[in-house]
Amino acid sequence: MWLFICTEILLFGGLFLLYSMYRYKHPQAFHAASLELNRFDGTLNTAILISSSLTVALAIHFLRQDRRRQAMGFLALTLLAGAAFLVVKGFEWAEKFRHGLFPNSLVLLARDKGQILYFGLYFMMTGLHALHVLIGLGVLSAVLILINRSRVTAGRPVLLENSGLYWHLVDIIWIFLFPLFYLIT
Amino acid sequence: MNAPYEAGPHEGSAPYYARRGGLPGILGWVTSTDHKRIAILYLTVILAFFFAAVVLGILMRIELQSPGPTIMQPQVYNQLFTLHGIIQIFLVVIPGVPTILGNFFIPILIGSQDVAFPRLNLTTWYLFLAGAALAFVSVFTGKGPADTGWTFYVPFSLRTVVNVPLATFAVFVLGMSSILTGINIVTTVHQLRAPGMGFFRLPLSVWGFYSTAWVQILATPIIGITMVLIIMERLFGIGVFDPAKGGDPLLYQHLFWIYSHPAVYIMILPAMGVISDLFPVFSRKNIFGYKMVAFSSLAIASVGSLVWGHHMFVSGQSDLAGIIFSLLTFLVAIPSAIKVFNWVSTMYKGSISIEPPFLYALSFVFLFAIGGLTGLFLGALSTDVQVHDTYFVVGHFHYIIFGGMGFGFFAALHYWFPKMTGRMYNKRFAVVAWLILFAGFNLFYFPMLILGWQGMPRRYFDFLPRFASLQFFTSIGAYIMVTGLALMFFNLWRGLRRGPKAPDNPWGGATLEWQIPSPAPAENFERIPTITQGPYHFDKTEKK
Amino acid sequence: MKGKANHGGAGPRTYLLVWAGLLALTAATVTVASLQIGRAAVGVALAIAAVKSTLVLLYFMHLRWEKRLLIKLAIPITLVTLAIFIGLTYTDVLRR
Repeated sequence: MWLFICTEILLFGGLFLLYSMYRYKHPQAFHAASLELNRFDGTLNTAILISSSLTVALAIHFLRQDRRRQAMGFLALTLLAGAAFLVVKGFEWAEKFRHGLFPNSLVLLARDKGQILYFGLYFMMTGLHALHVLIGLGVLSAVLILINRSRVTAGRPVLLENSGLYWHLVDIIWIFLFPLFYLIT
Repeated sequence: MNAPYEAGPHEGSAPYYARRGGLPGILGWVTSTDHKRIAILYLTVILAFFFAAVVLGILMRIELQSPGPTIMQPQVYNQLFTLHGIIQIFLVVIPGVPTILGNFFIPILIGSQDVAFPRLNLTTWYLFLAGAALAFVSVFTGKGPADTGWTFYVPFSLRTVVNVPLATFAVFVLGMSSILTGINIVTTVHQLRAPGMGFFRLPLSVWGFYSTAWVQILATPIIGITMVLIIMERLFGIGVFDPAKGGDPLLYQHLFWIYSHPAVYIMILPAMGVISDLFPVFSRKNIFGYKMVAFSSLAIASVGSLVWGHHMFVSGQSDLAGIIFSLLTFLVAIPSAIKVFNWVSTMYKGSISIEPPFLYALSFVFLFAIGGLTGLFLGALSTDVQVHDTYFVVGHFHYIIFGGMGFGFFAALHYWFPKMTGRMYNKRFAVVAWLILFAGFNLFYFPMLILGWQGMPRRYFDFLPRFASLQFFTSIGAYIMVTGLALMFFNLWRGLRRGPKAPDNPWGGATLEWQIPSPAPAENFERIPTITQGPYHFDKTEKK
Repeated sequence: MKGKANHGGAGPRTYLLVWAGLLALTAATVTVASLQIGRAAVGVALAIAAVKSTLVLLYFMHLRWEKRLLIKLAIPITLVTLAIFIGLTYTDVLRR
């Protein structure tokens, strides 16, 4: 799973490469555009994901101690947090769409090139990240069911541990996306 | 290895291809997690794709035999070379050696019963098929196959009406397969080596596979995201590569080549690894400079991942970038040269036996040397301006990829054939086929170097009359080469069906695969051996 | 991965401390963003993000107690690779 995580880092890495080139070329436009993002939503989502990392780590901890109920409880909390993240994200995107801001929209195309690039990257990167959150939720739900059926246990925790690693990766990617999109000065 | 590990008959020693409970017939194969069966699964489909791509190539050569349209229109020609490239690169050469020979032999060479993740292994084959199916669909549906070249350069790939999204998605799926294979190989080599098999007692072929696997893991994700970006651009107009929206087409080229250059090292490193196993065996002498050869594989993998800009010397990148990439390109030639030197030095004062595998190995060195040297012309900024996007490049990469990886693969096939099939092919026929193949190859691709130098551009459907005679000559070379190819495969096929039973160790090799029966049994080792020496000590082994 | 992954000494208390640290660092990065420090802002933001990620890697993902060398090196190797990709691309973009 660690090696797979490396590949995911590089997958997003390609997008970070594009981001760094374009931010270098259009610093003012990136700054102006980032002011239109909702910092509160971004900060809230950061806190949500960080907390979900805590809960999944606790879930693993309790599973290893064979305290199934607590493990499943914390895993469920993780799922809740992940879902909340997606809901907030959904509202953010809807807000942007309402203002006519989406790739190839007339509103966006009327703006400065740097801003077009900023929003293009914004949707691409947060979109890809959200997809990974969704996949993570799917995987964690499956593991929750398997714990319930005693297929994942204190003696065979690998599936939960690997899923946890994946989830932490999703958190780490957001830890970088947050300042790079929401906190540009 | 140690005083030979005698396998002998044991439970589970029936050949890996024999029926053994479970599902019957072909179902038993496509659901098997045995690394040897998966290798054969890969072999069958990859060979099929290879033949298809060769046919496309021949069609192109017929077209190019004379100026003007010969058998097709320009648009079709563009689609042919695109498809030929996509099939050869993504469906044959990148996966080829790791998934066929790596899958079959890595566990055996390191003294293990299977790879680290057998079920994942089978999954990679299904992903591979899925990618191939998507590519197939892209050819026969909608407005037809991509005509962009296998490189999908923007802006054309964003605007052409043909099936670019399907083709790029196929590449994405194939990339996933490659990544998972790489993960499997790295884990296998780290976790499953037999007791006593330190890293520096590994056969050099394993070093080749190992270095390659790292490139598969670290580089492939970049092509993944790049293909996704093409699809997103076409579907949603994101704008990252579109100058009208502030995008930079050159960044596409950066992203594309950040993977696609290391990809060619994915192609060549395993082949070089196998060649490193062959030279000691057919010289009956330890490899010259084991550690240097091992480290050179790592060096090629790492430095080779830093040279991608040499594909973009004339695309408009900065002079500084050009200089840096040119320098790095020259640097990566050094570990390759080290390998060539060490192979040749292995032969010195050795006891040479010219068997078919070794013929291919020797011709590999020759062809790879030509390919590599022509690469230096391309790597030097000033000469590249002259030959970029000409037939010189086409000649160069066919020498390196086909002459290199291709002949290396054929060498490995002839070497490991008895272990994989339990039979031996007709050696004399093999030599004749090799001769025709080798002669045809050079008649085919050497003129390209001249054509390119004289200015004939690549990917052109038509050409000026002054190029006509060399183009004709090239096509003749192609037909001769394909004849040799056909004879070679025919011979192997005949050996498979009716060849004499092969001994366990026909070449007198000292690596672990020669200490188990031919064909390989279902269970590699009755007992995991303990290793006490390096892989190329020939005092005690004998051909049997 | 199979095998000898070890479950070193992290308990709920450690996790909670790390969590608190992460939230504090988040608050810090938001605060810094509202100060006017010009060009250094990117560097500071990335540095804080790096510290946060390191905490997640070491504690939540257990790298602190990981024994296998391959695993300990995997992320650093990946990051160096990515840095080189971005760096070499900059030699083009910076000077065009």
